[in-house]
Amino acid sequence: MVQDTVLEVINLRKYFQFGRRAVLKAVDDLTFSVNKGEVFGLVGESGCGKTTVGRTIVGLYSPTGGRIVYGGKDTAGLHGAAVKRFKRRMQIIFQDPYASLDPRMTVGDIIGEALDIHGLARGRERLARIHDLLNVVGLSAEHANRFPHEFSGGQRQRIGIARALAVDPEFIVADEPISALDVSIQAQVVNLLSRLREERGLTYIFIAHDLAMVKHLSDNVGVMYLGRLVELAPSAELYRNPVHPYTQGLLSAIPIPDPRIERERKRIVLEGEVPSPVNPPRGCRFQTRCRHAKPVCREEDPKLKPVAPGHLVACHLF
Amino acid sequence: MAGERLLEVKDLEVSFYTYAGKVHAVRGVSFHVSRGETLAIVGESGCGKTVSVQSTIKLIPIPPGKIEGGTVVFDGKDLAAMSDRDLQSVRGAEIGVIFQDPMTSLNPTMTVGRQITEALIKHQKLSGAQARRRAIEMLSLVEIPNPKERFRQYPHQFSGGMRQRVMIAIALSCNPKLLIADEPTTGLDVTIQAQILDLMKSLQTKLDTSIILITHDLGVVSKLADRIVVMYAGKVAEAGSSEDIFYNPLHPYTQALLRSVPRLHEETRRDLLAIPGTPPDLFVPPKGCAFAPRCSRTMRVCLDHQPGDFAAGGHHTVACWLADRRAAHVREAHAHRAEAEDAGARGGAS
Repeated sequence: MVQDTVLEVINLRKYFQFGRRAVLKAVDDLTFSVNKGEVFGLVGESGCGKTTVGRTIVGLYSPTGGRIVYGGKDTAGLHGAAVKRFKRRMQIIFQDPYASLDPRMTVGDIIGEALDIHGLARGRERLARIHDLLNVVGLSAEHANRFPHEFSGGQRQRIGIARALAVDPEFIVADEPISALDVSIQAQVVNLLSRLREERGLTYIFIAHDLAMVKHLSDNVGVMYLGRLVELAPSAELYRNPVHPYTQGLLSAIPIPDPRIERERKRIVLEGEVPSPVNPPRGCRFQTRCRHAKPVCREEDPKLKPVAPGHLVACHLF
Repeated sequence: MAGERLLEVKDLEVSFYTYAGKVHAVRGVSFHVSRGETLAIVGESGCGKTVSVQSTIKLIPIPPGKIEGGTVVFDGKDLAAMSDRDLQSVRGAEIGVIFQDPMTSLNPTMTVGRQITEALIKHQKLSGAQARRRAIEMLSLVEIPNPKERFRQYPHQFSGGMRQRVMIAIALSCNPKLLIADEPTTGLDVTIQAQILDLMKSLQTKLDTSIILITHDLGVVSKLADRIVVMYAGKVAEAGSSEDIFYNPLHPYTQALLRSVPRLHEETRRDLLAIPGTPPDLFVPPKGCAFAPRCSRTMRVCLDHQPGDFAAGGHHTVACWLADRRAAHVREAHAHRAEAEDAGARGGAS
């Protein structure tokens, strides 16, 4: 299969200024690419910067440094109508289905707003499109006249997905789309996302902290820690052969819903907690929690380097 | 003594009277906890797992809540009949509680030390100095570094994981016989969750406490639970040992729940089983089995009659008409179909 790179993120930085002195380096020097039609999983614990990456890619934040190249064009160079055209191609699904829908708008208007902004459909056609989108995500046409509070979490997330699909995008950033949902409902939404990917040839960035779900859904996975990408590999490879001590600890920390396996499993417990991103450790950012830390780890920042085809890791041990 | 029942709840009924009407949140729930064991109560949001457990020590707001029936016997005492005053000497002393959200369940205006000593002074009648010593002991027991300094600090100076450790220290400070842990790791990162679960496990062995673990996370359950109660729509769907529930689930809801989560250790990627629809509205509790509208194996009887608890060997019980002996031929038909499907799937894959 020819792999078509659709998105390239090159040395992306996003810093947030706090007061006069403090700078929070939420995303610091991130490089990866996403192929057409694939699901790229981005995992890490809270505060690692994964959401910031997603929001910067879709243009909700402007990057502090680095480049985002989509479809061969640097998105920083876009102006006016070109920005609007770009945004039609790339959409985002937000984490919290309770906060990301305007409570004063009907579901029809929430979905229709995107059609209005991009001038895609009016009048009867607009209504038909809305009904069609509701059907695609498993809701019914009569839901268009209702308000978000009348829906459950899973249904709201479907509305969020319908809104993202309204402009017929090629690329969707799904930012923790299922973490607010119950397990039986999570599976519904994940299966819906998989189905849409097949039917519409979508490409996803799937951001999550649930590593089992990321493994289930993704082709390639990037593991983030304190604003950095520490490991990047094809999904199966990453779970079979995690190389970075953080990835190993992270995978080992996930309890497996199978008591026999859980009992016999050898665990690597990561000590301590994630340090503040305002004042990250010197050298490797993981060195304060790493069991294998050497003197060089406290001095020098490791760069991503390949350990196997397609498998990159940022660690001085390799 | 192992095997002896510490807490026995029978036919618990709880409703909430709201402006919109009566919500029948807990509809005849029975469970028990033996000494030294961990019982996990599993279910999705709104299934009544928290209300069932909190009602046993009347922690639910009354009104709008109302306990409408059932008996609760804890360590030989009938908690349901006890006055609020007497119950106060049980809560916090003999039964400790860890709440779901460590960010909001600690008092932000009190030092962490005072929040631990409060219970010790009230229940164990310790002097201020004794309580302080014991509180610092508790802080180091839950592995908080620099306990003496931490004693004087406020909750906002603690991270999420550290706050949950403080909650555990408070809950265990009076040596309770039973610890209720309501979603103790929800909202914590996985690496911190692993630390807290390890801590709970080691403290349980050290202090010989029984635990009721309320959670929706099957991974957490498999790590800690000896026995499991699966709840759905205010009722117990299935109960049994951890092995029974994970390896021989009989209720279609339990089976579906187990197949709806992806597993990290599996090499092959299978489709997740999504349970269609949503749980019923308990403003209008269903006449028959509450799971019937979402169940793939609904029979006519399921729609009109609630199933009783069928025994399935040992302590394993299941509330499903398929377990009735009259449904034997239906079970067989399903087994055949499942086999055929498996064979088909294998044939398709090879």
